[in-house]
Amino acid sequence: MLAMNYRGPYRVRADVKPDPIIEHPGDAIVRVLRSCICGSDLHLYHGMVPDTRVGHTFGHEFIGEVVDVGSDVQTLKAGDRVLVPFNLFCGSCFFCQRELFGNCHNTNPEATAVGGIYGYSHTAGGYDGGQAEYVRVPMADVGPLPIPDDLHLDDAVLLTDAVPTGYQAAEMGDIQEGDTVVVFGAGPIGIFAAKSAWLMGAGRVIVVDEVEYRLEFVQRYAQCEVVNFREVNDMAEHIKKMTDWMGADVCIDCVGGDAAGSIAQTLTGRLMKMQAGAATVLHWCINCVRKGGNVSIVGVYGPTFNMVPIGNALNKGITMRMNQASVKRHLPRLIEHIREGRLNPKEIITHRVPLEEVADAYHIFSSKLDNCIKTVLIPPSAREVQAVSASALH
Amino acid sequence: MEHQHHHDGDTGHVHTHPLQGDMAAGPRRPTRAELAHIEGWGADLDRKNRPAIPMERTPARFIHPHEGQLPQQPENVEILVSTERPGITPIFGTAQPPKGLSGMIRRAAYKWAENDLRRWLMLLAADRVNVVEGIGEDLMHGKVPNVLAEMGIKAEWEHNRAGLVKKAVIAGALLGTAVYLMRRRER
Repeated sequence: MLAMNYRGPYRVRADVKPDPIIEHPGDAIVRVLRSCICGSDLHLYHGMVPDTRVGHTFGHEFIGEVVDVGSDVQTLKAGDRVLVPFNLFCGSCFFCQRELFGNCHNTNPEATAVGGIYGYSHTAGGYDGGQAEYVRVPMADVGPLPIPDDLHLDDAVLLTDAVPTGYQAAEMGDIQEGDTVVVFGAGPIGIFAAKSAWLMGAGRVIVVDEVEYRLEFVQRYAQCEVVNFREVNDMAEHIKKMTDWMGADVCIDCVGGDAAGSIAQTLTGRLMKMQAGAATVLHWCINCVRKGGNVSIVGVYGPTFNMVPIGNALNKGITMRMNQASVKRHLPRLIEHIREGRLNPKEIITHRVPLEEVADAYHIFSSKLDNCIKTVLIPPSAREVQAVSASALH
Repeated sequence: MEHQHHHDGDTGHVHTHPLQGDMAAGPRRPTRAELAHIEGWGADLDRKNRPAIPMERTPARFIHPHEGQLPQQPENVEILVSTERPGITPIFGTAQPPKGLSGMIRRAAYKWAENDLRRWLMLLAADRVNVVEGIGEDLMHGKVPNVLAEMGIKAEWEHNRAGLVKKAVIAGALLGTAVYLMRRRER
């Protein structure tokens, strides 16, 4: 089969690899119909995630069609179209029983601090991901959700990560009516966090980024205020000025360790790898939020440590919540929002690229070329489906 | 209000700042009418509509049909396991087993706990060694890796031609200077 193949930092290509096989009686093999490049794939692409091995296939946002199932699988059969949450989870462990599906203890032997994630290095379990024609999907009775007939495939693929992660980011902010919410990052997660903040009754939503075309997009798409951090003297001072000198009620980090905006953080976190990514946005969140406010973190950082003003967090009495999104838990409500027209995820897709051109797709997304917001990769075996689906559902 | 200052014989240069006030009211909150134009505003204002609140579901429940009886996946390739758990998990990925020099470094790294910085630094080092091994593997299979294509040069040419030319000029200048200095040293 054709699959994305990681060759080193900033180097990927499409290669022929062996087809995946059933390795556990709970597995399914899924033929990929669409897969996305996620902002957190860029941490892998930039060589920031330890134990990212050459030959790895990335891709944790994908949908597809079941082609084979293991002997234990009861709920899926060949031909079913499924939406596969990015987290691999067993549905049985202590954490899954509490619906912390991003924290499963049975799917990642290589680390305890993170659950299994498709195509996200051996630190996240060593599973090849969905930027391929076929993918192994373990615990097929637990993770995948059959795609409802009325759900567009482009919406479905964005429900595997980007929409639920943005939604959970807002949810963890515990937004109350009228709250001022500052979202750092105008990428796909930030865009959906901003949309979700309104769903939860925010009074003001302010999105911060440095990329002008992304700010223009989110301003229009999420009806929010925007700030280009390159144009302000100091981020905390600016947010305080905007909020009658109180600070925001809720700050959300949708950026993670690839953040720009601080020379010291960029040098030590991104270039010298002396900390687990640049903690610029964590720093801003703690210093921009009001006393007693909430900070929500969904931006991805590495497993070591970061320099953050934790003393200010203590002195301000901030509540900080963070987690990988518990995707499956959110899906029924998010599908309802799409049906009711409150969310229209597929509108953020700017690029549809054949899997064969994965190297260019990564470069465009990473370097923010061609006004790229979200890239979908289409494997060669799925192009016919793409054409039929587009004509049937548009 | 602007800052004012005056000189006083005893205290020197004295600034008079605008008053902060007691800030008792907090910031002004928009009314519902002002927010009526926002698509979907308030649909999940009621916390009952937010699916993952509280974050830990109570009471806990199985969502797997076998209720905890997970068959064990057989180990057919080498899997490295964290020291912070008693053994191997019932399910695991088998994507790229450790091999070569990078594999040796990874095996050594996995002897340290996740809590230990050495583990992660060794894994990052192994990743870099693995990149060189990857080039060697390509060459052994008769394939010369097209590094520029792998880095997306086609997209750079299409969407950032000026940037690409600038980078090429800088790289050329650096390379030229290095060659010049090396030749000079040889003489």
